[in-house]
Amino acid sequence: MSKMHVKLTVNGKQVEGLAEPRTLLIHFLREDLKITGPHIGCETSHCGACTVDIDGKSVKSCTTFVAQVNGADVTTVEGLTNDDGSLGVLQEMFREHHGLQCGFCTPGMITRAHRLLQENPNPSEEDIRFGMAGNLCRCTGYQNIVKAISASADMLNAQNQPSSREAVGQTKVEAAE
Amino acid sequence: MIPAGFEYHRPGDIASAIGILQQHGDEARVIAGGHSLIPMMKLRMAEMGHLVDLQAIDELKGIEVGADTVSLGAMVTQHELITHDGLASAIPLIREAALQIADPQVRYMGTVGGNVANGDPGNDMPGLMQCLNATFDLSGPDGNRSVAARDFYEAAYFTARDDEEILTRISIPVPGAGVGQAYEKQKRKIGDYATAAAAVMVGNGQASVAMTNLADTPIWSDAASAALAAGNVDACVAAMLDAIDPVEDNRGPVEFKKHVAAVMLRRAIARAQSRAS
Repeated sequence: MSKMHVKLTVNGKQVEGLAEPRTLLIHFLREDLKITGPHIGCETSHCGACTVDIDGKSVKSCTTFVAQVNGADVTTVEGLTNDDGSLGVLQEMFREHHGLQCGFCTPGMITRAHRLLQENPNPSEEDIRFGMAGNLCRCTGYQNIVKAISASADMLNAQNQPSSREAVGQTKVEAAE
Repeated sequence: MIPAGFEYHRPGDIASAIGILQQHGDEARVIAGGHSLIPMMKLRMAEMGHLVDLQAIDELKGIEVGADTVSLGAMVTQHELITHDGLASAIPLIREAALQIADPQVRYMGTVGGNVANGDPGNDMPGLMQCLNATFDLSGPDGNRSVAARDFYEAAYFTARDDEEILTRISIPVPGAGVGQAYEKQKRKIGDYATAAAAVMVGNGQASVAMTNLADTPIWSDAASAALAAGNVDACVAAMLDAIDPVEDNRGPVEFKKHVAAVMLRRAIARAQSRAS
């Protein structure tokens, strides 16, 4: 089968390449672009380790052909750092709350949580558990993952309220400035 | 797991898509969200020379909520069904069922058209659409036609849709005021297909009852619906248990499935009745 010309935006950068249409997005990201944050876990659409954000949607990149996302805007966990390269809020909170042990599921967890908080900035614990149902962790039992996402929501909301900037998340605000 | 190779097409309108299907015959297949088809392709249980991606066809998109009818474009995703306020007011049953399908990532990609057209007995939307008495609009080389959801399913993965036809839209009559609706689904874990699921509408002296994954097609039962309309829940459940034909698999033996089917149906009836006024 002939290769097709693929052009997409990944983490804010325009990228181009040649790929067979049957190439799965996860393989294009990891092998062609060397973006290895998204992981290959189950490869059967269940575990969510390969989750990336495509045009504002959380998507399992093991179940997406690169041909389907030709022209799309893709964000991986690498794109969720602060502009200066330091850890973004979700990444920092996963570290602070021990939201990982082996870390294999973490890129998918954080990328999915990013979209969840975009759509629901004040999620309840139930909202978080339901919203994260497409991501499996085999180490932590989820408690600390939920805590990390909840703490991220609090911090992001505080950052968005100028009056309370100094009270919560001061270091993050300074980093952002 | 790498699928077999194919040529990729992304037509911009229905006529072009049908043209590609005609040109390549059974070598071509359409793809909507791909979350049923791509796993099948990775397992090499589905292979095709030409994949026709429907994502760029605007005619297949959008949710239109009218006074009497709701029209869903085939490419409307489960996520869009869940987040559309007008739809949730008009036919709350759709949102309730969509929330129980797969997981968030799959719902962003999975479409209502793919769910109903694929003919997988495990899919939730076919039974739901039979309960709601929906109509599927098909476009093909010979023009357009409509098929009732209750007449669409022939066997597992076999439907009334011809190979060169595309399911374009779904039309659903808006249930009258006072009709209670409920969807109950038993599954082993989030994201799983149903062990048994029941879609129920009841109120105003009418009722409609359909069940999922208990035969090689969804099961809408005229007798069960009539019994429930007459207020006889036991007769409704008995008629439905008579209509279903579950097989033993990794979700359990036949006796268990019938047991779960009855439990799901009774729960759905009770909840739908509590919502009827």
